[in-house]
Amino acid sequence: MSVTEQQHAPGEHPDLPPPLGEAGVIAWFKKRLFSSVGNTILTLITAFFLYHVLSAIIFWAVTGATFTGETKADCDLGGACWLVIGDRFHQFMYGFYPIDQYWRPNLTFILMVVAIMPVLFDNIPHRGKFLLFSAVFPFIAFYLLSGGWGLETVDTDQWGGLLLTLVLGVTGIVASLPIGIVLALGRRSNMPIVRTLCVCFIEFIRGVPLITILFMASNMLPLFLPDGVNFDKLLRALIGVALFSSAYMAEVIRGGLQAIPKGQYEGADAMGLSYWQSMRLIILPQALRIVIPGIVNTFIGLYKDTTLVSIIGLFDLIGIGLVAVADVKWRGLAPETYAFIALLFFISCFAMSRYSLWLENKLHTGHKR
Amino acid sequence: MSAETAQNARGSGGASLFSDQRFRSLFFQALVIGLLGAFLVFIVFNTAHNIEKRGIQTGFAFLDTAAGYDIAISPFMEYTATHTHGRVFLVGLLNTLMVSFLGIIAATFLGVFLGVLRLSPNWLVSRVVYWYVEFTRNVPLLLQILLWYAIFLGLPAVKQSISLFNDTVILNKRGLIVPEPLPGDGFMLVPIALAIAVVASIFFARWARKTQAATGKIYPVFMTNTALIIGLPLLAFAVTGFPLDFAYAELKGFNFKGGVVIKPEFTALWFALSLYTAAFISETVRAGIQSVSHGQTEASEALGLRPSWTMRLIVLPQALRVIIPPMTSQYLNLTKNSSLAVAIGYPDIVQSFGGVTLNQTGQAIEVIFITMLVYLTISLLISAFMNWYNNRVSLVER
Repeated sequence: MSVTEQQHAPGEHPDLPPPLGEAGVIAWFKKRLFSSVGNTILTLITAFFLYHVLSAIIFWAVTGATFTGETKADCDLGGACWLVIGDRFHQFMYGFYPIDQYWRPNLTFILMVVAIMPVLFDNIPHRGKFLLFSAVFPFIAFYLLSGGWGLETVDTDQWGGLLLTLVLGVTGIVASLPIGIVLALGRRSNMPIVRTLCVCFIEFIRGVPLITILFMASNMLPLFLPDGVNFDKLLRALIGVALFSSAYMAEVIRGGLQAIPKGQYEGADAMGLSYWQSMRLIILPQALRIVIPGIVNTFIGLYKDTTLVSIIGLFDLIGIGLVAVADVKWRGLAPETYAFIALLFFISCFAMSRYSLWLENKLHTGHKR
Repeated sequence: MSAETAQNARGSGGASLFSDQRFRSLFFQALVIGLLGAFLVFIVFNTAHNIEKRGIQTGFAFLDTAAGYDIAISPFMEYTATHTHGRVFLVGLLNTLMVSFLGIIAATFLGVFLGVLRLSPNWLVSRVVYWYVEFTRNVPLLLQILLWYAIFLGLPAVKQSISLFNDTVILNKRGLIVPEPLPGDGFMLVPIALAIAVVASIFFARWARKTQAATGKIYPVFMTNTALIIGLPLLAFAVTGFPLDFAYAELKGFNFKGGVVIKPEFTALWFALSLYTAAFISETVRAGIQSVSHGQTEASEALGLRPSWTMRLIVLPQALRVIIPPMTSQYLNLTKNSSLAVAIGYPDIVQSFGGVTLNQTGQAIEVIFITMLVYLTISLLISAFMNWYNNRVSLVER
């Protein structure tokens, strides 16, 4: 065998492209879908199954569905009848809010987006000023939605649909954060009585279903109040939701508190800071930062759980959906109604969980495996 | 803590009583107790006043009065409208336990299956599972329960029932009707044989482990025990002459008679709970398996273990440590979520006892107190069991 002549000096050889079938699209298909006989069979079965499911769904939701018409009789294509959504779209969005006042929820929604942005993303210019606005936003929102002082008063039992779901979710998170922080600190306090009380509260709330807490809020709370004081339905539900989510929030925050190395606590003590100073300046800023993804996840859970208020007679998205399903004009259109609501929830919850993932990656700058 | 000592040292200077850590701690705790006590007195006073004003009865005497309403699903005990509220409590409790137990089993199997599929090297499979899990996790459970219920109610009416398996199983909007097993003479031998087989297989497994430790000889424990547990009851069944009959459903008048009816309320709740929780469990399983470092698998392969042994002896025992704590909370969530039965009228404890009984008697405090106590007990029991199991599999360090 003769030694082939070297055309390039050592180390000077240009990189050759990988052989065909080892890189690029073909290799990808080979490796990820058809690497062995079993894998090929699995791919084919899945593709077959996926094709049938997807084509059935697309037929039902799009090609075989009816989008225009007046009554249920117009729906004769065999697929979904989306007319019920169009007919009641305003209810799904605003509940029974007066039609001429729709600008108020709309404005509140726009302000909410403005208020949430600086909380979610820390690279926004003038973030400090925006955060100040976020802090006063709940009061502005309450004024805009319920009225008084120059605006027409709208009773809370007229609120409904997506509006009510958002009100419940946002209030739940805003109320549960401070209560959760207090409970988490109390659970780690070295005062035995405070600790015991916090542990009992947290474990009690976490041990019972939300629906029983809502039953308690709607049936027992009126008994606890003195004569002449009456909470409306929404406020009662809000109290129940806030209590419930604050217990879960407390556990998330406790996780963050426990993750702070002991040196930080000792360092704060060595600086001569008081308990509240060390918590406010040293511990909580670090602890809360760690658990932001956990807080977002708790919020996703809370947002989904707000649907339970429909059981105690509030008209959130599901409550409105139940009204629509019970309508004689649209009898038998439950799948369409629920699918629409499910889509709304899926979009918002999926966006939130993506945000939480993004945040986790951003915060996780240390050791990546 | 060090804070205590530091501030104690300063406090002992004695500038004021308030700079003494111990005194301050006592003071604050007294304050908390005082405020809580005042709050409780306020609530008790108001409640007593309100109860008197509204003429609501108190005490637990209502548990012995007739409930006066029917419960559609009571598979474990006889119930008619003349039974007491106490009986309603038991029926509801059993229904809650039944759907939770079956839900936990289904969700575990499906969740582990999905979690493993999600890790499949096959891109298509893992993507399909990913989107399925995302869809299920991000839609409220209540909505899924309502959707399944709507689907089951959308099945054909009684006259157009769907017949499956040669008319033995019947499916219509009133439920799934399966044949009712009627055990004959000597059927009791089968469960006895099963019990003997289970005990024998436990002893065999122990003996095999000991033998392996002592001599290194490996016996096919899994195969033997499977054969034992399936074979022995079958043998008993054959020896006694197959003493099992079935009562099939027959259309009589407007409805089917005979057979066991599985109501759509139960099926919808069970489906929704299992599918929803399985999505969460699959993520837990995936995270657990991924947490076992690749070096472990490689080392196991280097030792020449088969892939199935690698999974069973190396990966799973380590993954279980990560999986079990979140799995516990999923089981607890499923049990608590079964209370959403109230939305579709499955008579669990919240729907029957916490709902109808509460409305009939008006005794909100007692009813809600008992209902919450039940869930607290179940939660404590499940977490106690899972803690025990977790301690068994957790890492024993030096």
